[in-house]
Order: sequence, then C-alpha cells, then structure tokens
Amino acid sequence: MVKFEYLKETPSQTAGPYLHIGCTPNFIGNDGIYARDLGSSMVAEGAKGERIVVSGRIFDGAGATIKDAMVEIWQADADGLYNSPEEPRGDADPRFTGWGRQPVDMETGVFQFETIKPGQVPFPDGRMQAPHISLWIVARGINLGLNTRLYFADEDEANAVDPVLQRIEHKHRIQTLIAGKIDGGYALDIYLQGDNETVFFDI
Amino acid sequence: MTKALGAFYPRDRSWHPKAYTPEYKTSVLRSPQKPLVSLGSTLSETTGPVFGHSALGELDADLILNCARPGESALGERIIVHGRVLAENARPVPNVLIEVWQANAGGRYRHKKDGYLAPLDPNFGGCGRVLTDEEGYYAFRTIKPGPYPWPNGVNDWRPAHIHFSLFGSGFAQRLISQMYFEGDPHIALCPIVNTIGDPDAIDMLTAKLDMNNTIPMNARAYRFDVVLRGRRSTLFENRMEGN
Ligand SMILES: [Fe+3]
Repeated sequence: MVKFEYLKETPSQTAGPYLHIGCTPNFIGNDGIYARDLGSSMVAEGAKGERIVVSGRIFDGAGATIKDAMVEIWQADADGLYNSPEEPRGDADPRFTGWGRQPVDMETGVFQFETIKPGQVPFPDGRMQAPHISLWIVARGINLGLNTRLYFADEDEANAVDPVLQRIEHKHRIQTLIAGKIDGGYALDIYLQGDNETVFFDI
Repeated sequence: MTKALGAFYPRDRSWHPKAYTPEYKTSVLRSPQKPLVSLGSTLSETTGPVFGHSALGELDADLILNCARPGESALGERIIVHGRVLAENARPVPNVLIEVWQANAGGRYRHKKDGYLAPLDPNFGGCGRVLTDEEGYYAFRTIKPGPYPWPNGVNDWRPAHIHFSLFGSGFAQRLISQMYFEGDPHIALCPIVNTIGDPDAIDMLTAKLDMNNTIPMNARAYRFDVVLRGRRSTLFENRMEGN
C-alpha cells in the first residue's frame, strides 16, 4: 500500500562568503585536510568526445563581477548519457564524471571548467534537447541556489527546436543562455539583474 | 519513449527565503528580478552525481581531529551532530554526501578573507564531510562554533551555525543551508535567518540538544534532520503527456 506522508523541504540559506572552507578548501590554501577539491577534475584520460573549456563571469545588479561565488555544472557525456544511477538509458562513459565544481577566481571573478561537449538528451516527451550544461550558482547574498543552463552558439539548428528554450516567452532572453565560441571553448557571462538578466529556471 | 520516472515535486518557493530580502543587504544586488522560467524535471534534473566512500578520507567526519597536530585536538565545546536525511515523501535518502563548514569556537573562520580579531585555532580547519547510511543516518564530531559579527547592520552578529551542503540523487535536490543551535538568542535577531518567513521553517534549521546520545564526560549531542526534495511515485503514470 502506498502511504502518503509529506514533509517540508529543509529551507535554504545562503552559502555565505566562506563556502570555500567546506567545498573547495585546497583552493584557498586550506590543504592537508582533503586530498583534493571535489569536482575539480571531470575528464579522465581517454574520455570520449570533444574537450572544451567553458568559462564565464557573474555580474551583480550594479555591473560588478562577483568574486565569491561557486558554480557547479552537471551534464551528459558525449553520447548524451548521464553518469548517474538515475540514468535509465544505459551506462555513461566511466571516464567522464559529468559533474564539476569551481569557485570563481577571487581576483578576476572568472569560473572555468575543463569538460567535454555534451551530446543530446531527450525531453520527457521524446523530443531532443539541444546540447546543454546545467548550472547551479551559490554565493553570499544568494538565498537559494540559482539554476540555469548553458547552450552552445554553434548548435543553431538544435537550439532552434530545443523544448526548453522554446518555453522562454520573451525570445530575446534566449541569448542569455547561449555561450559564445571563443578560442579553445565557450564563454558565457551571467547577469543576476538588469536588461540582460540571465534566464533562471524553477526546476 | 524515454521513461519519465522520478520527477521531483515542485519546490515550495514561499517556504524558502525569497531572493530579494533587503534586511540582508547583499541580496539586493544579487537577486534575480524577472520571474523564473518553470521547467520542472527532465533527465538533466532527475539525474545527479553520486559519491562513494572512496571519495572520503578517514577523519573527514571528525572536525576535532582532522586538522589537529598529532596528540592535540581542536579547542571548544565538544559536540556530536547527528540526524537523518529524508525526502519530502518521508523516505530515508541513503548515500547523501553532506559537506559541513564552520567557524572555530571563537567565531573565526580559517579563510583568508575573514579578518575577525578572534584567533585562529591551529588545530581546527572547520570542514568535514560524511555520507548517509542505507537508512539515511549520518553523524559527525566537531566543536560548537562561536557567534561572530558581520558587516550588514552596524551591530549584526550571526548565531552559532554550521553550514551544510547536501547532494541527493538528482541535481534538482542540490541544497545548501545552515544549522543553528536550540536556545540561541541570536537566531531571532539574525537578518539571514529572517530571510525565511515561516517560524516552522526556521525551527527546521534549529538542532535540538539530544541528551540520550550525549556521551557522558565526553561530548554533547545535537540532533539535526534534513529533508530533501521528494520524487513522485509513478502510480497511474508511466509517461508524460506531450505538450
Ligand atoms: Fe557562516
């Protein structure tokens, strides 16, 4: 018999300015406690797919670069499979974790991931989504982690029919999710407020 | 047709703090102003990374010793923090990676940006991590962090707290929060705590003194349960209708 009993989710609180202590201690020189920072390396030798670097900055409502944020990414492998027990379609490339975590640089505000270009993943109705990376952003002053996505500028055709991008009512906002092609990879700046405010999702 | 199993219940965003909470000043310029675009769960949200015991070190769940010199230990009130991680459907969540970080007993963080005049403890790093077991239970040992002042109002002090980061089985469950201590008068005064509107929600973040699990002459215990987002059971549904 299915029992229906519901609890409320634990409410979120800001990660604060010192999130590095717990999430990326080696990054701030607190080494010797954890062997390495979790999520600092996503790609092992021999992983399938095109190696890319994804980078960007995060801007606040005054146009200043945020220096104390942390970004986590989650993505499919080159064949569009997630390295997760919840992936029902088959085994992903074991040499690619799909999950990365990087603090932004404390001087420049730049975050950077060495990853691979993801393959396509179906939407629940069977249509294909364009290649994308899911982002989760936390920082001092952000009360609940922000969810957004990164799409690729050189995937025009797939982007044009992507079921998630199609859901964005104000079409001019789609470009806030499209990372531009730069030397060696892709770059996407994220704007928390203003005319170019990034599209954030309720997932 | 892809299986559409395990979609998450929608997040109750009136229960969580709002993005724009002007009493907590930093939120003013860091809060998105446009409405979120409703997406719900696709495979990108229902899947998520998993972590095994191989990712953890031997002393990760013991903050009293994991940064201490041989034969020494961190200064402060010795405590055990323990509890259970459940999903909204009241089922235990096994294999949750919990990462914690905190100030030392004097309220000072081991962080290059923390300039508070309280001294660092050479034997305390302030970070730990632990995995929940098959029944969702976890425990770690630490010292009680001190309250500390912060630049917001002219005389704001954070209640003693431990930062918590949790990974469920899906990326949509990702959560960072803070644990407070029962009876702390700073809880009611704190602009960050008060970004949460509902007193019952604040109570969920308040660990309770647990004398039954307190180890006599050694360490007091605090109980702190965490609830992550729950997945729908499939019942009559095995496919999502096209839209
Ligand atoms: Fe703190």
